[in-house]
Amino acid sequence: MKRFLGFIKKEFYHIFRDFRTLMVLFGIPVAQVLIFGYVISNEIKDVKIAIFDQSKDEVTQQISSKILSSGYFLLDRNLSSQKEIEPVFKAGYVREVVVFEPDFAKRLKSEGKATIQLIADASDANIANQVVSYTSGIIFDYVKLLNMEEQGAAGINTEVRMMYNEGLEGAYMFVPGTIALVLMLVSAMMTSISIAREKEMGNMEVLLVSPLKPIQIIFGKVMPYVVLSFVNAVIIIFLGHIVFGLPVNGSLALLLGVNILFILLALSVGILISTVSNSQLVAMFISAFALMMPTILLSGFIYPIENMPEVLQWLSCIMPPRWFISAIRDIMFKGAGLLYIWREVTILTAMTVFFIAMSIRKFSVRLE
Amino acid sequence: MTDDGSNIIVVKDLVKKFGTFTANDKLTFEVRKGEIFGFLGANGAGKTTALRILCGLSRPTSGFVHVAGFDVSRHPEEIKKRIGYMSQKFSLYEDLTVEENFTFYGGIYGLSRKQIKEQTNFLLENLKFHKSKEILIRALPLGWKQKLAFSVAIMHRPKVVFLDEPTGGVDPVTRRQFWKMIYDTASSGITVFVTTHYMDEAEYCERISIMVDGRIKALDTPASLKQRFNAINIEEVFLKIARN
Repeated sequence: MKRFLGFIKKEFYHIFRDFRTLMVLFGIPVAQVLIFGYVISNEIKDVKIAIFDQSKDEVTQQISSKILSSGYFLLDRNLSSQKEIEPVFKAGYVREVVVFEPDFAKRLKSEGKATIQLIADASDANIANQVVSYTSGIIFDYVKLLNMEEQGAAGINTEVRMMYNEGLEGAYMFVPGTIALVLMLVSAMMTSISIAREKEMGNMEVLLVSPLKPIQIIFGKVMPYVVLSFVNAVIIIFLGHIVFGLPVNGSLALLLGVNILFILLALSVGILISTVSNSQLVAMFISAFALMMPTILLSGFIYPIENMPEVLQWLSCIMPPRWFISAIRDIMFKGAGLLYIWREVTILTAMTVFFIAMSIRKFSVRLE
Repeated sequence: MTDDGSNIIVVKDLVKKFGTFTANDKLTFEVRKGEIFGFLGANGAGKTTALRILCGLSRPTSGFVHVAGFDVSRHPEEIKKRIGYMSQKFSLYEDLTVEENFTFYGGIYGLSRKQIKEQTNFLLENLKFHKSKEILIRALPLGWKQKLAFSVAIMHRPKVVFLDEPTGGVDPVTRRQFWKMIYDTASSGITVFVTTHYMDEAEYCERISIMVDGRIKALDTPASLKQRFNAINIEEVFLKIARN
């Protein structure tokens, strides 16, 4: 035990004496939360549009002012001919052009229908989609109002409530994902690099010749990162709460417990990576490609899993962050207890056991 | 057992194969207690493989290998407590001070705090280095690092210390000082097992073995080897053996 404590002490010296390690450990997580929380956002706000109104009657004026007063859109300019539409997109500021056909109000009255054309700049498909659906929503609202005036209260009324995230805040999406990303970065990447460093510098051999058991060496290397990762998780949840007002509706103990489970999982992945890499560079490379990319792309962190092609959906099932993110979202926002997230917890536990078994096997094979 | 108490290492018919490649082919030799034993060979001759087996880092394919009275296959843990090791790659931690390195390695060999302090002071005084305990290893020249690494390797008073090309890349003056340390260590009762490819260093050993292609081709004192091969120095002996 005393040998083990000395080992951990040495590990902390390594960490606290290296400015770059410290930055990765504490600077990057904080920066990531703030960047993901503020910069990446799903909401549209003040999107510039142009209006080509060929009718200029009472109805088109009403619809235009409804669109512009929604807070989502800003009028960049009014167009006066069809030819102006393309140059406006090419100039790059305008995301959408709303076109009213001639005699809009008249047709609406005589034929009972009139056409509004929405033309969007789909070079950014996500934004185009959202812009169009927001605009159509506003127009539908207006149509509904119109119908009600004419036919009394016979229409169907839809009332929407966004449960668990009333304000549709982007931070609700990104903070859980950032926790996953940071824990992967700190736990898996830093552990694999620090073990690979011992190998690269020749210290590992000396340690293996010593009376320390391999398992003690591994635990000694990993222990400090368990502590630091946990501190990181707490910092991020705290920041999310203070800066972005994220609630923790479920049990804090359960939330921290799931975090610890994920840290252990990430560490065992880190150990596994270190057994197959002999230098820090290789360890970093594998970590970045095998961990960072899938965490960002396939975990539901940024892109919804439901929208992925089926093959990728299957692939996302073997990505640990997917289950972790889903579990902590449930705990933080829905206040879910263990009973509701047992599936996620079971899968994460099974994955942890699998990776630990794999790395122990790899490690002993290497000794032969 | 062929161990009559005067040998610290006994190796009989040691074979190590990696797939179809035979790295060590029926090695047989003994190392006496308190001896300085030189293990010579070109790069790739199988020196390091044999050394790793003696240290318990690797298992022999077949053969009898005893170190400090224990079988390497059955009791590697007992052996590890009784040996010291210094690798050709430099083994102290660059971002720790001299004293922290001593404390760390003393700690993993289970020395008490008092023992660590005594040994650190004793070894550093021998090196006339005790005033600079607080210096980071990173700031030291290679020669000093190597001398300190050797001191760390014998800190827990092992029965035998294995040195894997300890003087690689070091200037001649430091190599001389290093060999003085090796002599002092051997006379204090610690057996020294050293691999090298500097042939002039082989002259400092009490007995040497010369390995070629996984086999021991010669094993004797430097003087009798020179006589037998009618050579003026060990380098000539080595070349004559390698050419056959």
